[in-house]
Amino acid sequence: MAQLLRTEAPASPEAVAALLREAKGDGLRVRVRGGGTKLGWGAVVPEPDLELSTSRLDRIVEHNAGDLTAVLEAGVRLAEAQAAFAEAGQMLALDPPLATGSEASSRDGGLAPTCPPGFAGATIGGIVATADAGPLRHRYGAVRDLLLGITVALSDGTVATAGGKVIKNVAGYDLAKLFAGSFGTLGVILRVVVRLHPRPRTSATLAGETDDPGALARAASHLARAPLELEALDVRWAAGSGTLLARFGGVSAETQARRRVGALAEEGLAASVETEDETVWETQRAAQRSTDGVVVRVSALPTELERVVWTADRLGASLVGRAAAGVSWLTLADAEPVDELRAVLAPFPCVVLDAPVEVRDRIDPWGAVDEAELRLMRRVKERFDPAHILNPGVFVGGI
Amino acid sequence: MLHPLTGAEMDARGLVADFERICGEAHVLTDRDQLRTYESDALAHYAVLPPVVVLPGTADEVREVVRACHEAGVPWVARGAGTGLSGGALPAEDGVLIALSRLRRILEVDLENQRVVVEPGVTNLEVSKAVSPTHFFPPDPSSQIVCTIGGNVAENSGGAHCFKYGFTTNYVTGLELVLPDGDVVRTGGKELDRPGYDLVGAFVGSEGTLGIATEIVLRVVPVPEDVRTLVAYFETMEQAGQTVSDVVAAGVVPGAIEIMDRLSIKATEEATGAGYPLDVGAALIVELDGPEAECDRRFDEVARLCERRGTRGVRIARDEAERQLIWKARKAAFAAMGRLAPSYYVQDSVIPRTRLAEVLGRIDELADEYGCPVANVFHAGDGNLHPLVGYDARNPGEAARAEELAGRIVLACLDAGGSITGEHGVGVDKKHYMPRMFSDEDLAAFQRLRCAFDPEQRANPGKVMPTPRLCGEVPGPYRQHPLEAAGVAERF
Repeated sequence: MAQLLRTEAPASPEAVAALLREAKGDGLRVRVRGGGTKLGWGAVVPEPDLELSTSRLDRIVEHNAGDLTAVLEAGVRLAEAQAAFAEAGQMLALDPPLATGSEASSRDGGLAPTCPPGFAGATIGGIVATADAGPLRHRYGAVRDLLLGITVALSDGTVATAGGKVIKNVAGYDLAKLFAGSFGTLGVILRVVVRLHPRPRTSATLAGETDDPGALARAASHLARAPLELEALDVRWAAGSGTLLARFGGVSAETQARRRVGALAEEGLAASVETEDETVWETQRAAQRSTDGVVVRVSALPTELERVVWTADRLGASLVGRAAAGVSWLTLADAEPVDELRAVLAPFPCVVLDAPVEVRDRIDPWGAVDEAELRLMRRVKERFDPAHILNPGVFVGGI
Repeated sequence: MLHPLTGAEMDARGLVADFERICGEAHVLTDRDQLRTYESDALAHYAVLPPVVVLPGTADEVREVVRACHEAGVPWVARGAGTGLSGGALPAEDGVLIALSRLRRILEVDLENQRVVVEPGVTNLEVSKAVSPTHFFPPDPSSQIVCTIGGNVAENSGGAHCFKYGFTTNYVTGLELVLPDGDVVRTGGKELDRPGYDLVGAFVGSEGTLGIATEIVLRVVPVPEDVRTLVAYFETMEQAGQTVSDVVAAGVVPGAIEIMDRLSIKATEEATGAGYPLDVGAALIVELDGPEAECDRRFDEVARLCERRGTRGVRIARDEAERQLIWKARKAAFAAMGRLAPSYYVQDSVIPRTRLAEVLGRIDELADEYGCPVANVFHAGDGNLHPLVGYDARNPGEAARAEELAGRIVLACLDAGGSITGEHGVGVDKKHYMPRMFSDEDLAAFQRLRCAFDPEQRANPGKVMPTPRLCGEVPGPYRQHPLEAAGVAERF
């Protein structure tokens, strides 16, 4: 594999734009690096000619506490932004794994550091580019739902902004959503405007344990459809037993959690309430990543949860998932069962995330995408990056 | 668009006959009196008579109609219920108007997964009714009884509950689209996080310029366990605004939080008799919804915060009837303006909420300068103002003066770091403000998206973008377009 030709850490939007103009002129393939926590996702492509690090685009430009908004440069570490927001009793409602620099699972169930010394966690730019999310996704939506505006550099060296700095705005096309999850293939994300939320004053987690996937799914469905305004609603399953986790927040979290103990007991789950619950959720986040296994993200419907759990169990996978969103992460020991997993769960998309290079080289990590939809995606790519210099080949359908 | 056709020419080229074959004769309108129904949306001072109106009854018919337009090189405009307030559904004088009001089937209600699949002509309220009493569809524009989901998707509609619940875009998970070349694309679905670009996110709010959604998958949410409503009266708008800040700073996210000023209280009180005092400077409506335990504690907190800012009095809705009465005044605000002036402009600008007092002061100054009454009712949580500029068109020059005043208000909001539109859309009405909010490079980036979906720009031409721009061809050699040669349009 060819060596990385050159790395740059531009300190301004203009500098990024100038580098892209140059790259376009020389036909250099460009990759953007934020915290470096998700560079192994996507299809395997040759090393890029130029890597742009966002390490010097690292300012919290604005935190408008009274308006519940913030403007962040792409290279801001999520953990650093959260610390600033927390001082005002606020948060960016995004909690993907590897954002604090501590967690990622190894298959023996322990928490293990995955990154080299000096690693400081995921950046907001990388989280937006990959649309990564954690348990808070249940209540607050995906990263797309928290973006109010975006500034990007395009491959022709222009810098463009879409959206605004206010919570409510419908002027112009919503390019922030288009760029969320686009894996650096449309432009370089320079800056985002995000919506913030109040940090719940108290928190309590209702946990229910069972070794019956059916009971687990029924209890999850019950809570998903109850008027609870849960912060998070997760499941986990490993080695024949599972847990349902419902996180309550607000000024009355524990009261709310205790009221629902009976509902879990009715489904045969052994229920308990935990008020010191941060570790529980850190473990959930960590289980979305793996240093040595193969992680497959399944986008199914909530009603498929029981089937997804049974399938995971049969294939020897551990699972964490957002019960009401229908999205689960299965961690397999190796890639051998991926084809079967996809066949059994079809037509639901099964995207391979963490996996050794040889695995992602052999199986398309994205899986099949509808031809008509892919054609339209290619047209979008064609318009935004006609020179095909931005992370070419890494995205769905070889985009 | 190279050779725009008149209605007669469309007829001569067989387009009308094509439509009749596709949709049936009864569903193709060419009679002038029938066409007039469609000449405007709810922004009635823009009117263009379309040469032909076609009312397809199925997604397949929509596809065939769009394909026929594509093959004939004719532009088109899609329309739902025509309740839009930015002229987004204004017909093209050389184009076809495609009315989607016959596509009104609810295709699937899947409460287990909290999804509803509908055709675009289904009304907003029908969705909530279809999932009641356990669930509801949060976006609730004030026209929700008649406005359609297709229109809501096009405009990314909001309503009174956005601060807590978000907008249409946060509730659309999948779309079936007819692209302007007649191709059908399904994107997203009932499930979340499908691989690929978020084309659903790009399409919602695109104001009919990227294609027609023929099938829409919506997420619905459980009806809150509890709802508490109060209205607090204040001497000054500043006190009301400060109270909103206090509520937000306390970490409370109300389901709705609305302010009415003295003038709008006066107008609505005369119309509704809801019992608001006439001698106050502002009324603040706060509605909390959610789990009972949360509402209990938070509601008392909100009442205390109102008192701390010196409220003249807090009225708490004791039952559903009283709650409805409190809301009746707020919802009647637009209609009641008729009591203050024969006509009015409504604006839809947004400001960062913390700049509220300052911007409202500026609006008062402008109202004095122009001599037109301006009533303010607004969504206070998200800073979405709806200043109503009253005027009497019988007085020479007054309509123009009011329009200019409305424009100055938009610019004052932009200067405060806001937006030209919070929920009504750009359409034709606000497109000339777009360069005030976005640079040429921003607009060029928008155009890239437009061109990916609609390289020949036949979908809702002349909307959103301030000046005509061409797409160019990708890939392929450069060729000069006739409009470009004539200096009418710029290529980018």
